[in-house]
Formats: sequence, structure tokens, C-alpha cells
Amino acid sequence: MNEALRYKLVLAVLSIGVFALFLVSLATGPAAIGFADSMRALFSSDAYEIGLIMREIRLPRAILGLMVGATLGLSGAVLQGYLRNPLAEPGLLGISASASLGAVLTIYTGVSLAFPLALPMAALAGAGIAVLVVRAMAGGAGGTLSIILAGIALSAFAGAMTSLALNLSPNPFAAMEIVFWMLGSLTDRSMVHVWLAAPFMLLGWVMLALTARALDALTLGVSAASSLGVDLRRTQFLAVGGTAASVGAATAVAGAIGFIGLIVPHILRPLVGSMPSRLLPASALGGAAMLLAADILVRLIAPERDLKLGVLTAMVGAPFFLWLIWRSRRTMV
Amino acid sequence: MTLLAVSDLRASLGRRQVLRGVSFTVEEGEFVGLIGPNGAGKTTLLRAILGLSPSQGSVQIGGHERLKPREQAKIVSYLPQEREIAWPVTVERVVALGRAPHLPGFAVPGGEDQAAIQAAMARMEIESFAQRPATELSGGEQARVLIARALAQEAPLLLADEPAAGLDPAHQIALMKIFANLARDGSGVVACLHDLGLAARFCTRLIILEAGTIVADGPPRAVLTPERLRDTYGVASFLGEHEGGLIVQPFDLADHPGHGG
Repeated sequence: MNEALRYKLVLAVLSIGVFALFLVSLATGPAAIGFADSMRALFSSDAYEIGLIMREIRLPRAILGLMVGATLGLSGAVLQGYLRNPLAEPGLLGISASASLGAVLTIYTGVSLAFPLALPMAALAGAGIAVLVVRAMAGGAGGTLSIILAGIALSAFAGAMTSLALNLSPNPFAAMEIVFWMLGSLTDRSMVHVWLAAPFMLLGWVMLALTARALDALTLGVSAASSLGVDLRRTQFLAVGGTAASVGAATAVAGAIGFIGLIVPHILRPLVGSMPSRLLPASALGGAAMLLAADILVRLIAPERDLKLGVLTAMVGAPFFLWLIWRSRRTMV
Repeated sequence: MTLLAVSDLRASLGRRQVLRGVSFTVEEGEFVGLIGPNGAGKTTLLRAILGLSPSQGSVQIGGHERLKPREQAKIVSYLPQEREIAWPVTVERVVALGRAPHLPGFAVPGGEDQAAIQAAMARMEIESFAQRPATELSGGEQARVLIARALAQEAPLLLADEPAAGLDPAHQIALMKIFANLARDGSGVVACLHDLGLAARFCTRLIILEAGTIVADGPPRAVLTPERLRDTYGVASFLGEHEGGLIVQPFDLADHPGHGG
């Protein structure tokens, strides 16, 4: 099949999938509401119970699922292309861990009880500090290895501080809440969360999308890309800054959700001819579809138990990761 | 027209001074072979010219100093020594990356770009595997794909770092002929070379770089003498004529390097 045609087909199928999963997500929940009723209630302005459930509970959950998933898929694709490393993922830069630390500190200090929005705001601040540290460590134009190493060090430090907060947590309920929050979830999020996260995510998406051409040229390595007119400083700023804004916001409202940013670009890469620029929209759609599907599954598998989203994605993602290593080892031999 | 003018170029890697005041110019129609022993500073010189490595001194490309990256990429193309293709993209797409400097924003390649891509692939004889993933090719084939990428850029000046390494003799000679033809058509080519035979046979001019300074610059017959090869490389060489061309073949280590004779 013609390559361009296949690419359009992949995007079309993914778009339809995302749309369908978005509707299914809206129709999934403990309250037994028929699909037609739920859709009608969504667009009516009456204040009955069904309308409230749809607009206040399910709609923000579905929107956040879509946006968080797209963020993870897009940033994973950008980072893999930028670092030319198929094992790169949004968590690699230490942004998720630092955002988590910010959020955990508000739970630990009790601020989040008095002022719930302090939690996502502190998480965003954590992401902001992380990007400053990573950029300062990476310094000049090229150094992708320093970015990876700085990210690992930052993740380890943020992880240690998070453990310290757990260690010293004032009471078991706070500790429990910290643990649950870190597992990642979209349960009980409101439109306020959407409005808080959306601007940062949109800004991040625009920055990440602007790296597309540079990522293609980087396929040939840093020197060749630079000689082709790629501004490496600008590309680094867009890739790291875009990841910080979008993944920071995603972590702020959903907690740390792993593996989607790693797996989705991998699954889709062969389908788009491996071109980094083409992978970006496909991976954003794929990430949205996968996160929406996972968030539907956690509600279907254990409706009573509040199964955490991050647990499910890690349970599916980790074996995939092992398979990936096994396969890359085989091709290296 | 002067494509490249380098004046008193100095560069350091860490504490080691790699370039100690290098000056030369490259005119249209010149195929310059940059030769010299390992560590002489050949790669650093090319990278400093392109602005990829920090340096002091002046570099004028196409008469301009410190061009914006995109504008520079329209005048000079670069073939790095490391042959990296990170993802299994098709050969044609790799070659098409050479058109990037000519495509503003999100513009898609047009007819002119397609023509340049096809011409570059034809020149490097890689059309037969145009649709195969470049990562599945042999090292020599990948090298030809990456050379085609640089040719597709259609810049009047080409800087190539050991372009012939890893190619079989037929493709080495074919590559040197392509570069010579580019020069004959009015381009400038500067290539780091280790094969003195190829350099002697096809370059219009040779520059010997040793310890960061130019020790010889001129036509191959003037630059390549047994004494100079002994001094520079520490080798004893056979130099002869065959069918009107210069033949250079190092055959042994010199007994007393540095004592020309």
C-alpha cells in the first residue's frame, strides 16, 4: 500500500478509536445509566442526578483521560526521537517524579486538605523546578547523555524525598493517601482539574509539535542534523520544556501513570514508517486511546475496589518492556 | 567565487590545542583532499568550519560570516564520520532529509525537491533499494545512502569526513569521481581522506594537516613526496606514474621518522 495513504489510514483509525473510547468512557460508571440517557443528560442543562453525574463526574474524567493519554503518548514519541533512544519515556527526565514530590508534600503537610487545588499546583511547581535543573545540567546544545543522567539523578532524589515524606508521615491516613495518589488515577476529578491542567498541556503540545522537523533530521545524529540547519538549543528547549509543561500538568491531575509514553510510540512506529515527525500525531492519538481504554478497564474489572490506573498500566506495560528488551537483544546479536 | 575562507582558525578540545591557526580558502571547482595522520585535527577543522565545535578565528562561508543554521545549510553540506541512522526509515526518506534546509516550516517536498532526491539516489546507485529500511543495509550501502543525502542538499560546498571509509574499491573510485565531477561542475568539495592513492589520483589540491597546522598545500604532485610522507606519517612510500596519474602506495614504516632523506 502507498505509504502516505497508510499513514492517513492509521491516523483515521486512531481518531475513530479515540472518539469511540471517549464515548464508552462517558457511558461507564457505577451509576446504571443507559447510553442514550447519558448522552442526552450530558447536553441538557437540567440539574437532575443523571445530568450532574455526567457533567460533574464522567465528563471531566473522560476529558482528562484523553488529554493525559495524548500527553504521555506525544511526549514519549518526542523524547524517543530527540534522545534517539527507544527506551526514553516521559518519566525519564525526572519531571514526573518531581511533580509527584510536589503533590506529596501538600498531602504530607495537610495543605491539600485545607486547599485541594494546592496539590496540582505544587505538582506543577515541582515539574517547573525539574525542568530548570535538567536544563542547567544539560547545558549547551547537544548533550543528550547529560539530559538522561540528570533526569535519572533527579528522579532518584525526588523519589528519596517522597519516601522521606512517607517515612515521616504524621499519621497512617496521610501515608495511605500519599501511596494511593502515587498509584495514579482519574477517579473523582472535576472540571476544575481540567481547567487547571488544560492550558499547560496545550502549551506543552504546541512546543512538542514544533520539534517534528528537527526530530526527523536528528535521525542522522546531532552533527548531521545541525549541519542541516537544525537549531539544537531550540529543539532541546522545546522538547524538555514541552514535556515539563504537559507531563507536569498530567501528573498534577492524574498522578504518575507509567509505561504509556514508552509503549505507544513503540507499537505505532512501524505503522508510520518510523519517521519521528509522523509518529507524533499518531502517538498522541494512540496514547489517548490507550489511557481511555485503561481507565474504562479499571472501572469494569473492579467497580467496587477503585483499582488504580497506574497499577493497570504498569501491569500491562512492564511485561511489554521485558519483551522489548528481549527483542532488541535478539536484533543486536 | 570563494566558497570558503578560513583565517587563523584555532580550536581546543579540553586542554589540548587541536588547531593552531589554520588558514586556507576553497574556490569553486576545487576538490580539496584534507590529509594527515590520526589526531592531526582534520575532523575538528571541519566541525569548527561548520560551527559544530567552538573555535576562534574567522570562517567565511560563501562570503558570509556566522550565518544562521538554515542559511548555512543551503551553502554547505556536511557528511560526518559517524554514520548514524537511528530509526528504520526507508532509504528514500533518509535521502529526502537532505532537502530540509530548502523546506520552510511545515512545507512538503515539491517537484524540485523530488528531482534532487532522485538525482542523488541515481548518482550513488541506490535506487534499487530506495524503499528498503536504511538500517537493514550493509555498512557500505548505508555510507552511500548518507552520501546521497548530502548530495540531495545541493549545496555548492560539501565537507566530507572520511567518505570513502568502508566502501569497496569500485565504490571508492566511483565516489571520488562523483566528487571530482561535482567540482568540475563548479562546486567545492573538501574531504578528509586516509587513502593517499585516492587522494593523489582524484583531488585537485591536497592540504596536509599535522598537529593542528597546515604543513603543505598545493597540487597532489607538489604535496606528495616521499620525504614529506616520511616526515608526516612516518612511512616509506612508493610513488610512481601510471596512465598519466600519480600512484602513491605506502609500503613500510620509515626507519627514522622525522629525518627526511
